[in-house]
Amino acid sequence: MPYSIKKDLCISCYACEDQCPTKAISHNEEGEFFIDPTVCVECEGFYEEPQCLAICPIDGCIVKLSEVEEV
Amino acid sequence: MSGCHSKQCGLGSDDLSFLPEDIRRKVENHPCYSQEAHHFYARMHVAVAPACNIQCNYCNRKYDCANESRPGVVSELLTPEEAAKKVLAVAMEIPQLTVVGIAGPGDPLANPERTFRTFELIKEKAPDIKLCLSTNGLVLDKYINKIKDLEIDHVTITINAVSVDTASKIYPWIFYNHRRYRDKEAAKILLEKQYEGLQACVENGILVKVNTVFVPEINGEEIPELSKKVRSMGAFLHNIMPYVEGEGTAFSKAGIRPPTPQELKEMQEKCEGNMNLMRHCRQCRADAIGLLGEDRGQEFTKDKLSKININYDPNWRKQIHEEIEKEREKLRKARELLFGETENEGPKVLVAVASKGNMLVNEHFGTAKEFLIYEVSAKGAKFIHHRKVTPYCHGSISCLEGENILEDTIAKLSDCKAIIAAKIGFEPRDVLKQRNIDCVDEFAYLSIDEALARYYKKYVLKEEVPVGTNGG
Ligand code: SF4
Ligand code: SF4
Ligand code: SF4
Repeated sequence: MPYSIKKDLCISCYACEDQCPTKAISHNEEGEFFIDPTVCVECEGFYEEPQCLAICPIDGCIVKLSEVEEV
Repeated sequence: MSGCHSKQCGLGSDDLSFLPEDIRRKVENHPCYSQEAHHFYARMHVAVAPACNIQCNYCNRKYDCANESRPGVVSELLTPEEAAKKVLAVAMEIPQLTVVGIAGPGDPLANPERTFRTFELIKEKAPDIKLCLSTNGLVLDKYINKIKDLEIDHVTITINAVSVDTASKIYPWIFYNHRRYRDKEAAKILLEKQYEGLQACVENGILVKVNTVFVPEINGEEIPELSKKVRSMGAFLHNIMPYVEGEGTAFSKAGIRPPTPQELKEMQEKCEGNMNLMRHCRQCRADAIGLLGEDRGQEFTKDKLSKININYDPNWRKQIHEEIEKEREKLRKARELLFGETENEGPKVLVAVASKGNMLVNEHFGTAKEFLIYEVSAKGAKFIHHRKVTPYCHGSISCLEGENILEDTIAKLSDCKAIIAAKIGFEPRDVLKQRNIDCVDEFAYLSIDEALARYYKKYVLKEEVPVGTNGG
């Protein structure tokens, strides 16, 4: 299950985008950050922890896509 | 003869005079390192580094790095290209600009590509500008060669602890080697890396200033030890900054209090030793531009920059710097005449001075945004720190509000024997007199040195001073 960014919590710090090994993360002109669920591999095969989650300074900002969809 | 060789002697005299020549040359025009230079030269920060790799409990990451900026500040993020353009524009508009730093809004070294690209562009287009970098130190040793290659010769590391215990109260986690570490494990790695980074800089001839955020209940007890340690490792300045409460930070939520001005002063004195403490640091906004407390950042927004053409002219800048140096030399000579040659030190008094820069008494009491506090004796004057105030007279504010602000200002200056400004109005004058604070505006537009010396002789020693000027 890929990860997703909660727009209302994100502070647009670029940290996740810089760390993502698959370039799944991008942002638009307004500084909104997105994870492409078709590209995110949860860092499997790259690192032990999802990098975006490990560096994101805001608790609860990056969550499993399922958690976003449920809401 | 009692010639004074102490670095504390002589008002605002460059307190770096004890440094070896080559180091002094590196810092003498640097407003953050040389107390005297910061009256004449300006620095700016460019916000190109949004990411951070640690969490500090006094930081709210919605805003700029709290190690380098006042809380609650949001800088406009720039690309390296925009940042370089901004630097050139500012350097031509404010030729006193000598230093450009990257300090955030996150940690510059957590954004290595953006940070180093920016420095490369500036170095290429404006090689006369000095570069500096501020970091939490986590990955400093990793980038030491890059820092050296780019001739970044000033690095600031924020180090807040000696012991892992204390550090773990300040840093809940770090991101290191592709992992998130927490608590003591995080604190241990961070401390090791900070001190290793410091050592790597020293070994490579890079000047290091250490910043410490003083949080009395958290790291107050170990700051004197920290100060000794960084000094023995070769840091050449230690800047003890007060923790300032910021909205929504872990410390604010836990009710951790900032130090009182008195506590801060005592801590600075305790740590002073032979080390040069940066008493003039103003915890500037990371994107503030200008001299002293001035901020002209709004003149150089992305929007405005996109519309201008810049012709960078290093020769013109050089001429201006030469003129500034002549002026400084004059003031230095005057200073030697004013103080000194006395056995009797006389009483020490604190004096607040209103200045807009160039080391002159050139600001009115009512419009001053800050006061420079000096400790004056017959042997000289020593700069202690600035105190920020809200200017109580700006046209738009109602009188009632003005009165409250005036009260607030006076409370902040209540331990001073005198206020020296270019002008002091009747109203504050009355209030100040009641509090036994001398109001002195007769030395308007003299150099700060001369005004302090004259004030001291006339009002404290009650000597006759001949009219006629030495300085300014
Ligand atoms: S979990 Fe890994 S792969 Fe997925 S978006 Fe985050 S960093 Fe990229
Ligand atoms: S790391 Fe977190 S806060 Fe920063 S851009 Fe990514 S999602 Fe947003
Ligand atoms: S290093 Fe700066 S930006 Fe990073 S958490 Fe600490 S204060 Fe905030």
